[in-house]
Amino acid sequence: MNSNQSTCCCGGKNNQFNNLDEILKKYQGVKGSLIPVLQDAQKAYGYLPKEVLENMAEKMDIPISEIYGVVTFYSQFHLKPRGKNIIRVCQGTACHVRGAKTILQEIEDKLKIQAGGTTTDLLFTLETVACIGACGLAPVLMINDNTYGRLTPESIPEILAKYR
Amino acid sequence: MEHYRSHVLICAGTGCISSGSKKVEAALREQLTQKGLDKEVKIVETGCHGFCEMGPLVIVYPEGVFYIHVQETDVADIVEEHLYKGRIVERLLYKEIGSHEGIPNYKDIDFYKKQMRIILANCGHIDPEEINDYIAIGGYEALGTALTTMNPDEVIDEVKKSGLRGRGGGGFPSGLKWGFARKTPGEKKYVICNADEGDPGAFMDRSLLEGDPHRVLEGMAICGYAIGADEGYLYVRAEYPLAIKRLRIAIKQAEELGLIGDNIFGSGFNFHLKIKEGAGAFVCGEETALMASIEGQRGVPRSRPPFPAVSGLWGKPTNINNVETFANVPQIITKGADWYASIGTEHSKGTKVFALTGRINHTGLAEVPMGITMRQIIYDIGGGIPAGKKFKAVQIGGPSGGCLPEELLDMSVDYDSLIKVGAMMGSGGLVVMDETTCMVDISKFFLSFTQAESCGKCTPCREGTKRMLEILTRITEGQGKEGDIELLEVLAKNIKTTALCGLGQTAPNPVLSTLRYFRHEYEAHIKEKCCPAGACTGLTQYNISEVCKGCGLCTKECPVVAISGEKKGLHIIDQEKCIKCGACMAKCPFKAITKG
Repeated sequence: MNSNQSTCCCGGKNNQFNNLDEILKKYQGVKGSLIPVLQDAQKAYGYLPKEVLENMAEKMDIPISEIYGVVTFYSQFHLKPRGKNIIRVCQGTACHVRGAKTILQEIEDKLKIQAGGTTTDLLFTLETVACIGACGLAPVLMINDNTYGRLTPESIPEILAKYR
Repeated sequence: MEHYRSHVLICAGTGCISSGSKKVEAALREQLTQKGLDKEVKIVETGCHGFCEMGPLVIVYPEGVFYIHVQETDVADIVEEHLYKGRIVERLLYKEIGSHEGIPNYKDIDFYKKQMRIILANCGHIDPEEINDYIAIGGYEALGTALTTMNPDEVIDEVKKSGLRGRGGGGFPSGLKWGFARKTPGEKKYVICNADEGDPGAFMDRSLLEGDPHRVLEGMAICGYAIGADEGYLYVRAEYPLAIKRLRIAIKQAEELGLIGDNIFGSGFNFHLKIKEGAGAFVCGEETALMASIEGQRGVPRSRPPFPAVSGLWGKPTNINNVETFANVPQIITKGADWYASIGTEHSKGTKVFALTGRINHTGLAEVPMGITMRQIIYDIGGGIPAGKKFKAVQIGGPSGGCLPEELLDMSVDYDSLIKVGAMMGSGGLVVMDETTCMVDISKFFLSFTQAESCGKCTPCREGTKRMLEILTRITEGQGKEGDIELLEVLAKNIKTTALCGLGQTAPNPVLSTLRYFRHEYEAHIKEKCCPAGACTGLTQYNISEVCKGCGLCTKECPVVAISGEKKGLHIIDQEKCIKCGACMAKCPFKAITKG
């Protein structure tokens, strides 16, 4: 194993809050920093574990109910572990009229999960998104930060294969 | 300074990158070095050219030759033929619709020829990650002019006189808005750029931020000076990673040159910029919700007044405009309000960028003067409807807008005319629909979007859109009842008049406008239980006609074994079993299967 192991984001029980402390330090004294703190914490942990949120509430002196309210309001935040690769299938208007439904269906069939689900091997999480803003290439999807356009159901297996 | 005999511009917007422009660039770099041309030919990564359908795009200057759909394998030809021997690679040129003739120069292509590119002038022509490119063509000149030769009131007067109206949807006069924020007393004020472009089908703000970020920063700084703010926020969707990256670079470069920061141009004016990433909530495009989100709370709107100009971010006077609005400002200062006001109609000045998508030949971004007709946009610039299909409607303004039928194609496109016909400018998304699009399905689509994005604070929006969606869903599934249309109308009217914010107040628009112009489609769904466009699967039937040769391919393809028949005899589809997937129709070599 490589030397990065000790800094692994999921970490052991003991160093679970090291990451959080660093993040909180970065935003110390910054007004309205709850959302950036949550964004950074999610980047570090992959999702927002309950223990991390409780710790955050204590250290930022914000009621846990308020943090929970913010987390569940924004679609970007997740309370459950997610796959290594996040697939976002665009459901925007342009994609809709150019057949986004069949693209989503194909991925659901191939990965055997529904939109919102994660594969059992934690390799993929499948989500829908209202619009990616690449309407010229409709229908489109994003895997992590990469955009794929002009999709057909036939093109899906090849794209998924790149991430296996 | 180094001189190059040729510049090769490669589009590095989100659209072209996903079509493979990064690979093209790598191949080009490698082959130019191999041929020893790397000291003579410069590669420039640009922002979006707006002609995303044709990507990846490559332009070779000084000739201005426009190559489309360029792949890695085409690079050798461009290098060998064009850059080495000076011959245009015909096969990579854009072919005119109709004549199929190749057009070498992009300025001669209808898509560009009929546009008026003011805000998008630099997009695709400068390197967005290089501030000197922007400065070289007059960038930051407007900020300098404003800071050194005008007082804040003069700046506001100029913007008022130009007639600029908010490009985010509402169309409120920008100069007036700035004036309110200036008049409110306060030591601390804020400028916010709303880059939470969430309307499905709109991507002009993303392209602007990716292709010409400094123009937006300059507009914000001028606004800061005018209203007396020393701090600005850009609220950008997290779904736009490239835009965020380029904005960060742009802010850093502007700070290094002292164009953003303290004592700009030695004028004593300080202005600092921060980026806030959105966290995925459409309602945050509403200004009060956006401010709540910057403050770290749930992005829930509040009632107005007080307006942000009086009590905005952290209770301080705040001016919010969207990306395109700010992008207009520098030119108004350098070229003057009179010049700006000479473009457009009486009450809608300047240009508007539209995102053309859907069933149209040239998807992409088109900037046109206000007052142009929809027909000119769709047919002259957009190249019409593909595959010989018939135009049915154009949806303008996203989930807050409406669908316009063919009869209205010749009306003037401006803020006020659009409101009159039940649509709105919105952010400028234009989704073209042909005869295969069902208007009930489209209004259901928009309503399910606003329903999902409703924040839940006020009852009319939270409950009302849900009830409307239920009714639309049952109509598209063939369960529509007499009285459903009237019920939809009552609900729509109530939600429009009582919802708290813009999202709720405009949510019924797609339903109302389709009811106004395509009522017969609703009636067909309810009374005849049929979908004229053949799009609602609950109401369509697949049938096999006499043309059937009995080859049996469809029986193998059908996932639910709904098709039966003797070999070489006419096959039939069991309608009880059929799940309407359309697989049989796609497979039939004799086109014997019909949908209706």
